[in-house]
Amino acid sequence: MDKKEINSNTNHRKIAMYLSVVPGAGQFYNKQYLKGLLFLILGVVFISAFKDVINIGLWGIVTLGEIPMEDHSIFLLVQGIVALIVIALGLVIYFINLRDAYKNGKRRDMGLEKHSIRKQYQNLIDTGFPYLMLTPGFFLLIFVVIFPILFVILLSFTNYSLNNSPPANLVEWVGFKNYQDIFQLDMWRNTFFNVFKWTIIWTFLATTLQVAVGMFLAVLVNQKELKFKKIIRTIFILPWAVPAFVSILVFAGMFNNSFGTINQDILGFFGVDGIPWLTEPFWTKFALIMIQSWLGFPFIFVMVTGVLQSIPNDLYEAATIDGAGIWQKFKSITFPIVMYATAPIMITQYTFNFNNFNVIFLFNGGGPSVVGQNGAGATDILISWIYKLTLEVGQYGKAAAITMMLSLIVIAVALWQFRRTRAFQEEDMM
Amino acid sequence: MNMKTQKLIRLTLTYFMVAIVFVIILYPVIWIIGSSLNPGNSLSGSSMIPDDATFKHYKELFNLEESNYLRWYWNTLKICFLTMIITVSMIALMAYSFSRYRFVGRKYGLMTFLILQMIPNFAALIAIYVLASMTGLIDTHFALILIYVGGLLPMNTWLAKGYFETIPKELDESAKMDGAGHFRIFWSIILPLVKPILAVIALFAFITPFTDFILAKVILRTPENYTLAVGLYDLVANNFGAEFTKFAAGAVLIAIPISIVFLSLQRYLISGLTSGGTKG
Repeated sequence: MDKKEINSNTNHRKIAMYLSVVPGAGQFYNKQYLKGLLFLILGVVFISAFKDVINIGLWGIVTLGEIPMEDHSIFLLVQGIVALIVIALGLVIYFINLRDAYKNGKRRDMGLEKHSIRKQYQNLIDTGFPYLMLTPGFFLLIFVVIFPILFVILLSFTNYSLNNSPPANLVEWVGFKNYQDIFQLDMWRNTFFNVFKWTIIWTFLATTLQVAVGMFLAVLVNQKELKFKKIIRTIFILPWAVPAFVSILVFAGMFNNSFGTINQDILGFFGVDGIPWLTEPFWTKFALIMIQSWLGFPFIFVMVTGVLQSIPNDLYEAATIDGAGIWQKFKSITFPIVMYATAPIMITQYTFNFNNFNVIFLFNGGGPSVVGQNGAGATDILISWIYKLTLEVGQYGKAAAITMMLSLIVIAVALWQFRRTRAFQEEDMM
Repeated sequence: MNMKTQKLIRLTLTYFMVAIVFVIILYPVIWIIGSSLNPGNSLSGSSMIPDDATFKHYKELFNLEESNYLRWYWNTLKICFLTMIITVSMIALMAYSFSRYRFVGRKYGLMTFLILQMIPNFAALIAIYVLASMTGLIDTHFALILIYVGGLLPMNTWLAKGYFETIPKELDESAKMDGAGHFRIFWSIILPLVKPILAVIALFAFITPFTDFILAKVILRTPENYTLAVGLYDLVANNFGAEFTKFAAGAVLIAIPISIVFLSLQRYLISGLTSGGTKG
């Protein structure tokens, strides 16, 4: 890269970098006055503006307040996170300042001409432009996404709950106690494992069924002798077209024990007694899995149909000549090709159902309720349990700890999946 | 002959199964439409298609003094529209910088986005609830829009960046030769060329708030501020059964326009889902 030899007599690069310990000084040394002034102003403004924020914030996040009624622990925690973010931003700018001084010093060592003021200004615009474009989105992400995540992480190490909340009480750091409690206290452990078990069963059964139904119907409709394909496909997509929350609420009405049409009209028609859909855990679970298949199959149907239409017909003709039956053709041609093309999408279906709050909560509120479970009903999955712990029970610390565990699972799956997709292989990513 | 009967049996079976699926799909639709026309408030003891069908529940919904339904509709459309505008403009800027410039921190920025998009945005449910209560942003549409936009940015920036990179860099360079500035190149050269991907993202950004329930339920507190999802849930949950016919009318009025829009735009949606397809 640097073909020119570095002149060993001068050592501008190091001097400039050391000088830039005071922001801007190194740039002045490199005779880049405009840039130097900018860094200097940034540094002064930063320190004078954020001195108190950092000071109070750091004190707050360490102690979480000392006097009840006066110190509000959660405010202090928030200020602490703000302080940490401000410090991180400051360090980034400081690092850029040092790096810039070093780079320009090196240019001088190599005997390159220094840029004119005009050129300097031009350079500043050129390098600054992408940052300028990123700034709005970047700040939004920091405050709306990163900030809450940091807050949850920290919250999971405190004893914050509705009963122990400011301003009357001080919240304290409790280390891993929330995590330990979930696994050690009987009530929490039982609830956690029951909910977790159902979350896994739910994810596996509901998703697999919806994938199977979608794939089966796609193959069915794709037969070339079949007529009215267009109408059939449009109707099959309908459950996807209607917003899920509407359909789920409608189903909640249909499955209602007393006035629902399932018990009254359908089962009544066959002379079967009404089934306690909403009060018996087994039947609620059964209904939920059926409903999710209804809601989820069209997406799979559309994806698989797309793949099927791209499979060359020769393959099937060759197989027919070799005497393969319908099942054999499906097993050795259709299924492998479809799976290969849609595997990533199938995996996202599993993660989606793992966190499918809507169907669980809107159908029966996670119920029917179970005696002795800590805030969770018989069909609550992890995410809806977290919701209840937060908004109904007020166990914020515990809810945060469970959120952490849930997120770890989701991230692990996402990472595993991502390593196989092209995002990681993109050449100028790294 | 044997082949022919086999084919006949196969096709008959197929049509039979398609018919069953039709019934399973359309039964809830017909039932809810029938319920919405039912004159009573609850459904107890009524038949599926009422003999004395009436539109009175629809009229009730359109009466602002009797119901907040129109407000919910307006709130939802407002939130969806603003989320869409903000998301698309931010993403266009970010994807452009990431695809066209090589700057310090680019790699880390992209990595951050990659990791952030793996975390579901309701993972921060507790934080959102506590922080919104503390800052007084609870029960405001402003907070909700910010959260939706924040949740949409990471994944869709990646999606857009991928598309931006398919546009040859020579275009930018020749424009630069002709003396166009940074913003000018972005605005009049690149932007018109990336319209298709921005349309897909706009569609996503509109649908996400429309179908979201959990975040709106956490943030919104007063019935006047509800979105359709929360409001409709409220109609059912508050006194289940007692207002079911009104709920049914409300559900029909959402389902029909949305499914028409959806069916006419599904091509774009599917193209976006298959190319981005990292989140369900």
